[in-house]
Amino acid sequence: MEKVFVARLDELASRMGKEVIVGEQKIAVFRLSDDRVKAIENICPHKQGPLAEGTVSGEYVFCPLHDYKIDLNDGQVQEPDEGCVRAYETIVEENLVYVMV
Amino acid sequence: MKEKLVLIGNGMAGVRTIEEILDRDAKRYQITIIGEEKYPNYNRIMLSNVLQKKMTVPEIVTNPLEWYEENQIELINHDPVVKMDTAAKQVITQSGKEISYDKCIVATGSRAFILPVEGANLPGVVGFRTIDDTENMLEAAQKYQKAVVIGGGLLGLEAAKGLLDQGMDVTVVHLEKWLMETQLDEKAGKMLQADLEKQGLKFLMEKMTQKILGEDRVTGLAFSDGTSIETDIVVMSIGIRSETTVAKAANIEVNRGIVVDDFMHTSIEDVYAVGECAEHNGNVYGLVAPLFEQGKVLADVLTGREAKPYKGSTTFTSLKVSGCDLYSAGNIKQQEGVNSIEAFDGINYTYKKIFVKEDRVVGVVLYGDTSEGNRYYNILKKNESIEDYTPVSLLHMVGEEASADVSEWPDDEVICGCNGIDKGTIMTAIREKELTSVVEVTKHTKAGGSCGKCKSVISDVLAHALGGEVVSAPTGICGCTDLTRDQIVTQIYAKKLTSSEEVYRELNFINPEGCPKCRPAINFYLNVAWPKEHEDEKESRYVNERLYANIQNDGTFSVIPRMRGGKTNPQQLLLIAKVAEKYDVPMVKVTGSQRIGLYGVKKEDLPQIWEELDMKAAGAYAKAVRSVKTCVGANFCRFGTQDSMGLGIKLEQRYEFIDTPHKFKMGVSACPRSCVESGVKDFGIIGVENGFQIYIGGNGGTEVKEAQLLTTAETEQEVIDICGAMLQYYRETGIYAERTAPWIERMGFDVVKEVLLNSEKRQELLAALDQAVEGRRGNPWDEVVEDQQTREELYTVGRV
Repeated sequence: MEKVFVARLDELASRMGKEVIVGEQKIAVFRLSDDRVKAIENICPHKQGPLAEGTVSGEYVFCPLHDYKIDLNDGQVQEPDEGCVRAYETIVEENLVYVMV
Repeated sequence: MKEKLVLIGNGMAGVRTIEEILDRDAKRYQITIIGEEKYPNYNRIMLSNVLQKKMTVPEIVTNPLEWYEENQIELINHDPVVKMDTAAKQVITQSGKEISYDKCIVATGSRAFILPVEGANLPGVVGFRTIDDTENMLEAAQKYQKAVVIGGGLLGLEAAKGLLDQGMDVTVVHLEKWLMETQLDEKAGKMLQADLEKQGLKFLMEKMTQKILGEDRVTGLAFSDGTSIETDIVVMSIGIRSETTVAKAANIEVNRGIVVDDFMHTSIEDVYAVGECAEHNGNVYGLVAPLFEQGKVLADVLTGREAKPYKGSTTFTSLKVSGCDLYSAGNIKQQEGVNSIEAFDGINYTYKKIFVKEDRVVGVVLYGDTSEGNRYYNILKKNESIEDYTPVSLLHMVGEEASADVSEWPDDEVICGCNGIDKGTIMTAIREKELTSVVEVTKHTKAGGSCGKCKSVISDVLAHALGGEVVSAPTGICGCTDLTRDQIVTQIYAKKLTSSEEVYRELNFINPEGCPKCRPAINFYLNVAWPKEHEDEKESRYVNERLYANIQNDGTFSVIPRMRGGKTNPQQLLLIAKVAEKYDVPMVKVTGSQRIGLYGVKKEDLPQIWEELDMKAAGAYAKAVRSVKTCVGANFCRFGTQDSMGLGIKLEQRYEFIDTPHKFKMGVSACPRSCVESGVKDFGIIGVENGFQIYIGGNGGTEVKEAQLLTTAETEQEVIDICGAMLQYYRETGIYAERTAPWIERMGFDVVKEVLLNSEKRQELLAALDQAVEGRRGNPWDEVVEDQQTREELYTVGRV
């Protein structure tokens, strides 16, 4: 595992996602309303929608293409839909956001 | 010569009796109905919904004026009977009209009982019985802050919830230890109180009002224990009194109500009484089911049928306050010989209690889950022995409870208790009249038309009869709340909620940050309500509107530059071509609305492309005024009567970038050939020799709807003004994501027409529109190009 700097916290808008490409991996980074940061794979398992463009509510994001609801903690797609995306551990240190890749 | 039948009282009981008579023999009588209020017959039970703004006054009218006309009934309205002369067989109204009768029905109903205390006649003290009372209360809620409702009964609580919904600080004052003490036992009463407190109501229990304070208008209440409370209005809801003044003066026997026998005869020949003014066997009923049962008996009597004697009614009650499911029926007093079976589920917070006397159910109280109400009511009404039932059971397996399944109910099982409609009647109507929705069932059978609590069962019956799913009306706007659009918008104004956060918190959304359905809706409602105070919330906009470009199925975007009226020129075409080439745009296509679109653009390239295009956004991504489609028109076409392109450009320029509940499409055709297909546009114009025909509410979307002719305008300016007024009216009253066709259907075309063609109203709407969009009309692409921070936050992709 490698700790990769992805963005400054103040560059992230609240409840909106940002896509960060680390090597081959497309990661969607989200700043929640309470300023915690979550990161998941930026590809919806349904039709590959860019999750970073979805609506963020609490600890979930809704895919912009067909509203799949995904838990930002573990990447689990919520019922009645199925599937899972990779979730990444995040670390915020003094305004700097890192993702464990 | 037909016999003359006069009905005194234009309320629910009397008019229902007339309906029953017409059903049996429409030709028998020449009918006159005399009423005190200025409205046609309406459903008084629904006043709570009007107060809670779930329904409008026209919606609760059960028999509009046309009904009286169609049935050749003379209606003397807003002119109460002041005298009956039973010897001369005539009645005299306030304005002096003398009407003679062969048969007379007294259905004068009842009045709110006003406590005989000092100050009870002060302005600001009201009852809650009529449409006028309701409108007074709604008006008071606009002006004042604090309200006290005296009486914690059914009507009092519904009134209190209504005032709370209007943003008032409401306290209910109740004399007894618990709420609705005649319908609930202590446990259920306390559960109800706890739930209502959660919704924001306050309670003062076991308080006796001694005096109403105030000089010019009410300022407070003083209680017998020496305490007091401040208030701006007082609603008295402590009970009703039969209205018997006229009957008494005519020497008809009156006790608590007008005394009637089992066939609704009063003590005077040819005079009958039904409803809340009548007393049968010592009972006066204040609920709807008995009135209708009485009406049926009387209709039989008056049409010469063999009538079954009226034997009194078993009553039931439910409360019309969302979040408090409550049902009560029969006798629930703990008395000698009455035992009870009680179940409290502390996990789901539900409670039920069945009162049993000698193997028969005599009463029932349900709280929290009322789905079994009808079932118990049927057992109770039929006086069935409960020998065969398991009285106590816990943790059934799913599906075990077969009796809750309507398909197994017998045909004589009553579904709608208010109107006494059984399952067989509903099934027959569904089959014979090919009904497919609850609304239709109500229309044809009256089941579900009164208190409405049985609608879910009707829906089950429908599903069973049709063998498939029946679409039921959704309650709230999404899964996050039970509140409807109107309730939310009312609260936004009443509580002056200016941010989504406040809306979610104050209105107790289950999900404190909402979902993709409600977030954009609430952002829109807030923008319309508080154009200056509310800051548009990007995080609540759908990605298309947040990024000002449409997301495609592969995650890339489309860019559609504005070409007003569909007109372009070589310079624009060159620019578009250059950009498409430079950014490797995979597809260039003319769109459905006559614009050129660049498809497959990467998000990161959007700001740069916009900068280089140097054109405005066409808004093709937005729930907003879209581009205006035009034909060539008088400029080049040999048939064109008007300058359609010119008008299209003007409309587009005037209203571009204005948000609407859903996309708003316009078209201008210059002649009736309508090359633009103006007949399926939200706002469509067809130029004719003498002006411009305006069609509204046409949709070419998922559900194709033909537009309706609104009017023919003489000048372009008039067209532009009517368009602006429609936009604003749609903005103010539309449900988010509702296109104009369903909007007009919901509002009523005549209502919309009247508003848009009333020049005063039109000016008001235009002024409101101007104010709302002032300073918000810039080209969104420019904003992004100029604002470095937005560009970085929204359009860049990090690379590591």
